[in-house]
Amino acid sequence: MSTALITPAPTMPRDNYLNNGYGVRSWLLTTDHKRIALMYLVTITFFFFVGGAMATMIRLELLTPAGDLVSSDTYNKLFTMHGVMMVFFFLIPSIPTTLGNFLVPMMIGARDLAFPKLNLASYYVYLTGALFTMYAVISGGVDTGWTFYTPLSTSFANTHVIATAVGILIAGFSSIFTGINFIVTIHRMRAPGMTWSRLPLFIWAHYATSLIMVLGTPVIAITLIMVALERGFHLGIFDPARGGDPLLFQHLFWFYSHPAVYIMILPGMGVISELVTCFSRKRIFGYNFVAFSSMAIAVFGFLVWAHHMFVAGISTYAAMVFSLLSYLVAIPSAIKVFNWTATMYKGSITFKTPMLYVFGFIGLFTMGGMTGLFLAALGIDMHVTETYFIVAHFHYIMVGGMVMAYMGALHFWWPKITGRMYPENLARLAALIIFVGFNLTFFPQFILGYLGMPRRYHAYPPEFQVLNVMSSAGASILAIGYLLPMIYFMWSMRYGRIAGPNPWNAKGLEWETTSPPPTHNFAETPIVTEEAYAYGTTTAEVQRV
Amino acid sequence: MSDSRTAAAVEGTATAHGGNPALLHHFETVEQQRDASSLGMWVFLAQEVMFFGGLFCVYLVYRLKYYEAFVAGSNTLNVPMGAINTGVLICSSLTMAMAVYSAQIGKRKMLMFFLAATMLFGAVFLGVKSVEYKQKFTDHHIPGASFSTAEFEQKDHLPRDVANETQIYFSLYFAMTGMHAIHMIVGMVIMGFLIFHSWRGKYPPGHYTTIENFGLYWHFVDIVWIFLFPLLYLISRRH
Amino acid sequence: MSANHVVPLRVYFAVFITLLVMTGVTTWVAYIDLGVFNPVMALVIATFKAVLVILFFMHVKYSSKLTWLVVSAAFFFLGIMLTLTMSDYLSRAWPMQ
Repeated sequence: MSTALITPAPTMPRDNYLNNGYGVRSWLLTTDHKRIALMYLVTITFFFFVGGAMATMIRLELLTPAGDLVSSDTYNKLFTMHGVMMVFFFLIPSIPTTLGNFLVPMMIGARDLAFPKLNLASYYVYLTGALFTMYAVISGGVDTGWTFYTPLSTSFANTHVIATAVGILIAGFSSIFTGINFIVTIHRMRAPGMTWSRLPLFIWAHYATSLIMVLGTPVIAITLIMVALERGFHLGIFDPARGGDPLLFQHLFWFYSHPAVYIMILPGMGVISELVTCFSRKRIFGYNFVAFSSMAIAVFGFLVWAHHMFVAGISTYAAMVFSLLSYLVAIPSAIKVFNWTATMYKGSITFKTPMLYVFGFIGLFTMGGMTGLFLAALGIDMHVTETYFIVAHFHYIMVGGMVMAYMGALHFWWPKITGRMYPENLARLAALIIFVGFNLTFFPQFILGYLGMPRRYHAYPPEFQVLNVMSSAGASILAIGYLLPMIYFMWSMRYGRIAGPNPWNAKGLEWETTSPPPTHNFAETPIVTEEAYAYGTTTAEVQRV
Repeated sequence: MSDSRTAAAVEGTATAHGGNPALLHHFETVEQQRDASSLGMWVFLAQEVMFFGGLFCVYLVYRLKYYEAFVAGSNTLNVPMGAINTGVLICSSLTMAMAVYSAQIGKRKMLMFFLAATMLFGAVFLGVKSVEYKQKFTDHHIPGASFSTAEFEQKDHLPRDVANETQIYFSLYFAMTGMHAIHMIVGMVIMGFLIFHSWRGKYPPGHYTTIENFGLYWHFVDIVWIFLFPLLYLISRRH
Repeated sequence: MSANHVVPLRVYFAVFITLLVMTGVTTWVAYIDLGVFNPVMALVIATFKAVLVILFFMHVKYSSKLTWLVVSAAFFFLGIMLTLTMSDYLSRAWPMQ
């Protein structure tokens, strides 16, 4: 990290991971975690757009009260495939497989993950699962909802349930392999001096996420296997005619799928900790609290799943227990929000694009989280469950939270990954468009849900049309907001300003090496002597940003 | 954090590795590599606990709900066969532990012998299992179209709906023992490779982590069966 | 972790014999009417056998604390899944005030 006042224009490093070997085989058979991360990036972006296409159709249908664009069966398929694609093939992999794969070894000073070949296998397993599911999409789709409730999915649906279930469970193993890799890497491959209390919070977040991946995903794997066996071989585990209990499926499904939503937010929270410190030029407020809150979220997240089943027919006493536990799980998330805010207080804030996404995340995640507290109250949940209130709640967290964090992360680490800067003003405009589009899309849905509009219906009473039109209009703006980065990121790879090793003057081992990094990350193993986020501690720090 | 060590674009090609051929490039020492692979296998087994755990959860719920049907279903299983199979797997666990011991003391032929013995016991287990499965087929106890509740209605005098609930017991029987058997088959295929590599001298003392990790997997599969046997075969055998 | 510790063969054989004996015991006990304690005995014996395999065959007794933590965590979360799920089923019949 240079402390000179005048620096020469940075140049691209001569040898880096991108030009270390050319040709399709050097990429498809790579074991370099950075190349694998890029392969994931391309693939999940593809599935983001597939899921987005489904969403486009949904919002187009909902422009008018009548179910006139598509039939109800087709509509069922659209929201099902939207959910399946977005949850399992975009959001759950998103940050961990792209930025996690790229940065976890670098942030701890390692040359690669603990099991590089397992990492590559993880990618191909994911791809296989995705192909099974794409086959289901192309050959007619699935209409059970991404939640696959029985006995619809096991006995009555006449769509490609088995193919989709198998695709998801295969992709689940990709998740498990990634989780194993991260856990072992973080335990065993930290550089000298990188103690647990000096780890970047991005690492803590990925460690917690990996715990959930390893302990939760097998449960949905076995559950989907049971669904597939029941459908294919007529076992009777969930069939009411033979005594099967549909609620048991829901218990098992949500035992994973609730912790899964924490897989879909914890990495984003780790990103925010990295970004907020860099763009406030200040160490994180309450490092221990933020680190342990990630672990608390991972553990508590396993205790609350039946809050998805309050109206399904579980016992009232169990519902009360899960309601209480659901309130408790909000506490660590709140701790993080308070600590990020306190980090910004009296910091030296710059409004670069990643920081704009931080502001978006903190505001929108807080709204999503608070509406989650409304839902934890049994009385309110009775009223708004299965309405658009729920849809708005989880989109605020998943899109307003996680996707914003993902966008912020892509912008922040883009120079490290590619060696080039993105166009700052255009990026700030895109962030603004995304923020406006997002709120216009989803805020009306809170109101719609509270007024009683049910979810998963392709037609609705005419009095809901105005809010639906607003929501669809917002969706089109949001789409533009997401397309812009696609375009300028690709533009930047050829024409972007060369970034140099540390364009943000950020702390972190990943900024101590070239941009793009060499294949083995560091010329020599780094030795860590200071805590994370030691901003403002050296006397001659000059901002080059 | 390291002081100004902006890497000049020197490609780290791990030349400072001391030349141990078994040491992979991204690890610093052989101990680190060994610890990492061991931890990896343990974390994988934790995942396996949750994987089978889902089936045990289903079992628990339905056993409490449909106890009579479970008793009737369990009583159609052959306890001597199940007990012998349990013994066979315990023997295979011993031979597996002996295989690790052989690798630790560097006895290559002994290692191959015990791996082969473990495979043999595994094959015996699967053989007995297939006999049991065939029996279930001829007894019309496989859930689905061919299932017959006649035996339960007549011999056990169960009402029709309770007799029908035995299908859930048998679904679980096949799901749980089937999943266990698949894990065993995978294990035996891997063991084939391990025997071959042992013969090639790939697991000398100090470098037998692969054998040890596979042993962990095999013992886990044994533990699953240790629970499956009483839960499936020994429900209320008092009469 | 436990890589270099060689477990004495007599320990292996002792565990092996114990496992076989307990298998016999659990089979024998199943044919005796102990009422509600039949499943309890079955599970206690099975757990005892599993613990022996884990501690000695899988070397956990000679392994690091991290290994213990991984094993405990796995069973802890399994316990959560079983307990909280059963909390629903067992309390469904409870009367409401």
